[in-house]
Amino acid sequence: MSKRLGTSVARKEDPALLSGHGRYADDLPVPAGTLHAHVIRSPHPHADIVSIDAAEALAKDGVWAVITGDDVRKISDPFLVALKAPIHQWSLAVERVRFVGEPVALVVAENRYLAEDAAELVQIEYTPLEAIIDPVAACKPSAPILHAEANTNEVSVRKFQYGDTKSAFEKADKVVKLTVDFHRLSFTPMECFVAVASYNPANDSYDCMANFQGPFSTHPVMARALRVPGPKMRLRIPPDSGGSFGIKLSVFPYVVLAALASKITGRPVKWVEDRAEHLLAASSGPNRVTEIEAAVTKDGKILGLRMDQLEDYGAFLRAPMPGPLYRMHGAVTGGYDVANIDVINRVVLTNKMPASLIRGFGGPQLYLALERLVQRIAIELGLDHLDVIRRNLVPPEKFPYHAAAGSLYDSGDYPRAVETAIGGGRLDHLKKRRDEARKAGRKYGIGFAVVVEPAMSNMGYLSTLLTPEARDKAGPKNGATSMVTVNLDPLGAVSVTADVTVQGQGHETVLAQIVAEQLGLTPHDIDVTLEMDTAKDQWSIAAGTYSCRFTPGTAVAAHMAAGQIAAKLKGIAAKQLNVLPDDVELVGGKIRSRSNPDNAVSFSRIAGTSHWSPVMLPDGMAPVISETGVWNPPELAPPSGDDRINTSFTYGFVFDMCGIEIDPVTYQVKVDRYVSMHDAGKILNPMIADGQICGAFAQGIAAALYEEFVTNEEGAFLTGTFADYLVPTVSEIPPVELLHMESPSPFTPLGAKGLAEGNCMSVPACIANAIADALGVKDVQLPATPRRIHALMAQHGGVR
Amino acid sequence: MRRVNKDQKVRISLTLNGRKMSAETEPRMLLSDFLRHSLGATGTHVGCEHGVCGCCTVQIDGTAVRSCLTLAMQAEDRAVTTVESLAGPGGTLNKLQQAFRNHHALQCGFCTPGILMSFTDFLARNPKPTEEELRDVLGGHICRCTGYAGIMAALKEAAGLTNTNEPTGAKS
Ligand code: FES
Ligand code: FES
Repeated sequence: MSKRLGTSVARKEDPALLSGHGRYADDLPVPAGTLHAHVIRSPHPHADIVSIDAAEALAKDGVWAVITGDDVRKISDPFLVALKAPIHQWSLAVERVRFVGEPVALVVAENRYLAEDAAELVQIEYTPLEAIIDPVAACKPSAPILHAEANTNEVSVRKFQYGDTKSAFEKADKVVKLTVDFHRLSFTPMECFVAVASYNPANDSYDCMANFQGPFSTHPVMARALRVPGPKMRLRIPPDSGGSFGIKLSVFPYVVLAALASKITGRPVKWVEDRAEHLLAASSGPNRVTEIEAAVTKDGKILGLRMDQLEDYGAFLRAPMPGPLYRMHGAVTGGYDVANIDVINRVVLTNKMPASLIRGFGGPQLYLALERLVQRIAIELGLDHLDVIRRNLVPPEKFPYHAAAGSLYDSGDYPRAVETAIGGGRLDHLKKRRDEARKAGRKYGIGFAVVVEPAMSNMGYLSTLLTPEARDKAGPKNGATSMVTVNLDPLGAVSVTADVTVQGQGHETVLAQIVAEQLGLTPHDIDVTLEMDTAKDQWSIAAGTYSCRFTPGTAVAAHMAAGQIAAKLKGIAAKQLNVLPDDVELVGGKIRSRSNPDNAVSFSRIAGTSHWSPVMLPDGMAPVISETGVWNPPELAPPSGDDRINTSFTYGFVFDMCGIEIDPVTYQVKVDRYVSMHDAGKILNPMIADGQICGAFAQGIAAALYEEFVTNEEGAFLTGTFADYLVPTVSEIPPVELLHMESPSPFTPLGAKGLAEGNCMSVPACIANAIADALGVKDVQLPATPRRIHALMAQHGGVR
Repeated sequence: MRRVNKDQKVRISLTLNGRKMSAETEPRMLLSDFLRHSLGATGTHVGCEHGVCGCCTVQIDGTAVRSCLTLAMQAEDRAVTTVESLAGPGGTLNKLQQAFRNHHALQCGFCTPGILMSFTDFLARNPKPTEEELRDVLGGHICRCTGYAGIMAALKEAAGLTNTNEPTGAKS
């Protein structure tokens, strides 16, 4: 097998993970004397804490402390929030609880079993308050208020206008409207949260370890909460992590909690979350209600759009929320060439677990609304769905394309992607299946979805939340820095560190491929170490693994760092080979003259020179022992005065097409065939790329058909185990046919874009469209469970 | 199983991957915690602690069991086998492990040890399974990363249902 970039190199990660030698957070040794913590959580969605009596628990042997909100308030500050609103959250509830599962007290004991026993002896008295669960109701003046100082649950409203939407609606032949609800869910990584912390009173510093995933913009949030400067809050991330999908950002309040517990007890403290806690309180994607309407001509051209997006963040707005509402902002018109759009973004708080990062991050919510609307336009105008899509796609000659709200789409050929996907007899086959099924009286539908898939977030996108005046005052925020360091050891061995956190994406392998290619070595020759240590590794606020930043960001920094090393090694070799640096190449473990390949020296010999004989280096050259590639693309500008923002750096394209059938007996939605077309620019490792896409596809199916966090009207949480919260097993995931094309990004030297989130965005929309087609209905609530499908069919007379 | 008082510490001995081992613990200690924290065999993972995810699967006397639903005392004097036993000398991957690598059947690797231990047992007892049977057994495990396509491809290769070992990662 070829080892070049762009080929399916087998993963370097696998041998250790296949033989039980992974090093996940709970596997790592902790200092002798480490105590273990158990969190006591609120059983109420909304209540005042009247009293906490820990006397009996504290009397037990081996129990060191029972820590409450009053304790943490004395020695820590509330977490910083992106929005200037009085929403105070500490690592434990202070005075009031606002969601079921909110941490109320922490029991610290000699082991976990003891801590859990003692927790049962802690007496907590509450006065229950009225809870508000529904986001629309929460905006009403009569609703109970979660944060009294904020005076409202609707804590942010911003209105945006791009182009002349008013005229577009006046000129329209027709206006097509829809209200779309996106539900709450999480992608529940198989490894739960782990946090370990030690406080050192000698210099008032904390040494913490957690399976945190980034972004590292959260590091200052933790340090500020602990009232220490950043360097005194050292955070280490283990070399392996059991999945994340955005979720493990939300370990950060527990890192602070463990740190405070260590300060209080004077011992290192470890906390390991269990699955029940994870489902109850770890993190959820936000639910969103979107009212969307399009001004269209009678042949289906979209002249303008209006969207009102109400996003529900649960009980608190934790950094970096409300990210999902703004991450897609510049690309809010998706794959369509629409110049006029008005957007209203509203943030509401309710008595549910706080929402945070989740794979897809705002994309699933946006595309369910937009793609359902496009299907409705076709229905209401009596046109073919695919024709309406074709009429509105951004034309290839417009790239790089400036989208109305500010995104700069780097490359693509959307019409060709669509035609390729439906070609090869694929659409004809689906239509044949549909016709046969319908003839036999069965419910069969075809769905499409168009998705522009952003990657590598502009760190300034969230400031679009502020008015231009407030942004001016706060100072500009923009860009996204990636850093990779390549090191040479005395015998010429090459090692790499990078600003990512491992979660299973195969970064070790791809970094080795990139560096090997530049240095004329093989991936096998490159050692990559990806555990992180904020005290010793280079990182910026953008560090971490999220929003598909690896391929357009870290991978480029690796390419740069290795390129810097290669250029200098050429200089050193030129002197020894007695040729000009331009004549030197790095090939097959050798450094040699291009014009006379026999004039060669081994890579390791040249690579070791700076260690053994730096005096021999060419004049003026500093020793070449390590080089850091730092990459910050200029395209990531701050929001403009008229609120246009290039929210991400690269924009891939996904076109999905599927056929589904409703089982007449069980009312289950059965996927008959699913095709997914991707253009992610240059692919660095096709095997890993397809693995990422298959993983996202399965999560898309989960969101469309199975997974939902359910809270009833009174606020009780009903999906607290894997028996109630249905994560698909192999039997629930249909096969997917993957197609690829490559429109390299002109903005990065590797031409590669992100691809691991697109199907989380496209699959719910595509399946919903297929269900709408099968049943001839307008409103499709996801997940489309048998119960919901049955209700829809009963309502529309489709139940036999 | 011997009778003990619940508050009394007990010393539990068992054979772990061919080596006799023992440690002092509480009677209520789960086998998963005992392996991981008392014996230091951290290759076995805990994903749910309620018997659903399959991450914690090990073998006792050659039969796959969920170690989160098993007390350490239930394994007393018996032979426990975990993922650490699979590779050959020098870390050479066995056929099943190699098939997982060929087909990109793991991403984060957290679910992987449990799946390997289930199928080491299953394939030993059913050397010629059908694809349906493989799917049935895999249905006892949750993987959050891969979407299962690579895992099915790997299982089919390991069971001799396919003879290709070209990496797929995408095709099931
Ligand atoms: S940890 Fe045992 S089945 Fe999930
Ligand atoms: S590989 Fe991550 S859970 Fe299966």
